[in-house]
Amino acid sequence: MAQLEIQDLTLNFGGITALSGVAFNVQQGDIHALIGPNGAGKTSLFNVISGIYRPSQGQAVFEGNILNKTSPHRIAAMGVARTFQNIELFQHMSVIDNLLLGRHLHMGTGILSGAMFYGKALREEVRNRLRVEEIIDFLEIEKVRKKPVGSLPYGVQKRVEIGRALANDPRILLLDEPVAGMNVEETEDIARFVLDVKEELGITILMVEHDMGVVMDIADRVTVLDFGILIADGTPSQVQANPKVIEAYLGEGDEEQWNVN
Amino acid sequence: MAIRSKIFCETYHEDIKLLNTYWSKAWMGLFIIGLFILPFLGDTYMVYMVNLCCIATVAAVGLNLLTGFTGQISLGHAAFLAIGAYTGTILSEGLNMPFWVTVPAGGLVAAAAGILVGIPCLRLKGLYLAMATMSFGVMVEYVLITLKGVTGGERGMYMPEVDVFGMVLNTDESIYYFLLVITAIMIVAAKNIVRTRVGRAFVAVRDRDIAAEVMGVNLTLYKVMAFALSSFYAGVAGVMYAYVMGHIHPEHFTMLHSVEYLAMIIVGGLGSILGSIFGAIFIVVIPEFIKILAQTIEEAIPAMAGKYDDEWNIAAFGLLIMLFLIFEPGGLNSIWQRLKIGFKNWPFTY
Ligand SMILES: Nc1ncnc2c1ncn2[C@@H]1O[C@H](COP(=O)(O)OP(=O)(O)OP(=O)(O)O)[C@@H](O)[C@H]1O
Ligand SMILES: [Mg+2]
Repeated sequence: MAQLEIQDLTLNFGGITALSGVAFNVQQGDIHALIGPNGAGKTSLFNVISGIYRPSQGQAVFEGNILNKTSPHRIAAMGVARTFQNIELFQHMSVIDNLLLGRHLHMGTGILSGAMFYGKALREEVRNRLRVEEIIDFLEIEKVRKKPVGSLPYGVQKRVEIGRALANDPRILLLDEPVAGMNVEETEDIARFVLDVKEELGITILMVEHDMGVVMDIADRVTVLDFGILIADGTPSQVQANPKVIEAYLGEGDEEQWNVN
Repeated sequence: MAIRSKIFCETYHEDIKLLNTYWSKAWMGLFIIGLFILPFLGDTYMVYMVNLCCIATVAAVGLNLLTGFTGQISLGHAAFLAIGAYTGTILSEGLNMPFWVTVPAGGLVAAAAGILVGIPCLRLKGLYLAMATMSFGVMVEYVLITLKGVTGGERGMYMPEVDVFGMVLNTDESIYYFLLVITAIMIVAAKNIVRTRVGRAFVAVRDRDIAAEVMGVNLTLYKVMAFALSSFYAGVAGVMYAYVMGHIHPEHFTMLHSVEYLAMIIVGGLGSILGSIFGAIFIVVIPEFIKILAQTIEEAIPAMAGKYDDEWNIAAFGLLIMLFLIFEPGGLNSIWQRLKIGFKNWPFTY
């Protein structure tokens, strides 16, 4: 059984159909890329998986649990974490606090124990700080750990957002365009982190990405959406050779973007 | 032993301490000693002013937890003080309850009211939330006036003096220490809450509610929790107020008072506990300063005699707040933070 099953998903916004009968599976331990031209419905699909949008039909099933009948915080508790296309960090909090917030579900301090900040609450704070520092080291953002994220450059913020999602110790990580707007070097760094997340932490990755170089390099499987419809699903080389996919991208005038290799 | 002139931490525990340099500990120690000997230095009026500052501080810290930290505006804060004050007075006067029952009970009843207001307000933001909380405040005021049998209506209620294990605190000086201890506990508790899990969730809800929920924060729970916590602080401040004044009246808890609490946290600094303290002191003390200044001018310049009245005071006060919003939107707290950077390693500046 696949870890994440997208079953016949349809999502409408008024007259717009953002997703139409989309169905595919994400296997445990894969890096699974989700691609498609602008407006194809990729972000909408992420929003359905994380419970922000309710589909009009179909469902997303994660490890046997139907996701889109529960609220986003319960979905997070099931082991689903994500980043956003437009960075959604907590601007006024430091990098450390953003990541500690990512550990919200692994902590139990409430108002009373927090107010005293002694014994259990203090130990919990220190223990989770250790895990956060591990992630900070892993993403190589030690230098900025105490800075408010709002003051950091875009590329670093993107990294911090991955860190915040990782802090939740998820079993699947959804990345919405993790390398958008980055230079070659930054892109390579992120690609390496994504591979490390898969190999060292064993976390499944579902990734929306426009950078075909990255997709072809690191993805185990690729799903292609166009106008809310699934047009291809397979290995990178299968998808690359698929005439429908080529047409979808050519139709958009994006052939350069497509023919990277 | 080496003198540590810079913050350098060897463990994460050290890193998250509130006072992490010897100098900050020394300053804090001096400040506390100063507060304890204050009644021996100043006159009764000054002690009375400090008592009012303590009450305002607890109320402002509470409002800042809701508005500054969680991003939910409230124009009904005074109503929660009223609920605390009346609860405390009824328990003390009618049932002869000691302070260690009345103070937490005032807080808890106000917190329960906070939950009742918070739940229907879950979907409201900004101006709509301001309107809803303001309506609640007006409702409470109305109930206090009409429910004569319980609240004494327009005549208000009389609060007996605090009895601390046989010691009756019937002067401003004696009740001062009582208020100081409660205020200190409430400030430290708030400081601790905002630097642990609940406080981070509050700020996350304020900065990005959707991202917070996707990271596992139960939005509904935390929004209501912020209302409950904020109202608890207001309720405790209300009981403190009743003990200091000895008499409470619906007119002590109007919308104008709610606006004043809002002014405290804006002038002090939204999202800062220290700022709430600064703001509370500022709003309580400044009108007195203006009054003294006006009287001095009247005495010095005979032509000005009789020109001053309370309306002038309110106008000058309003002007001061406007100037603040324009020139220092971060509030007193950001002025303090700048000063602190200058003094960070004092006396070892480099
Ligand atoms: N909240 C919304 N309300 C109305 N329409 C929406 C909403 N969110 C998305 N849409 C529409 O749904 C369609 C799919 O949008 P979506 O953001 O999922 O595309 P995408 O594949 O992520 O595109 P991009 O590559 O530009 O990020 C678009 O036509 C968009 O305008
Ligand atoms: Mg998108």
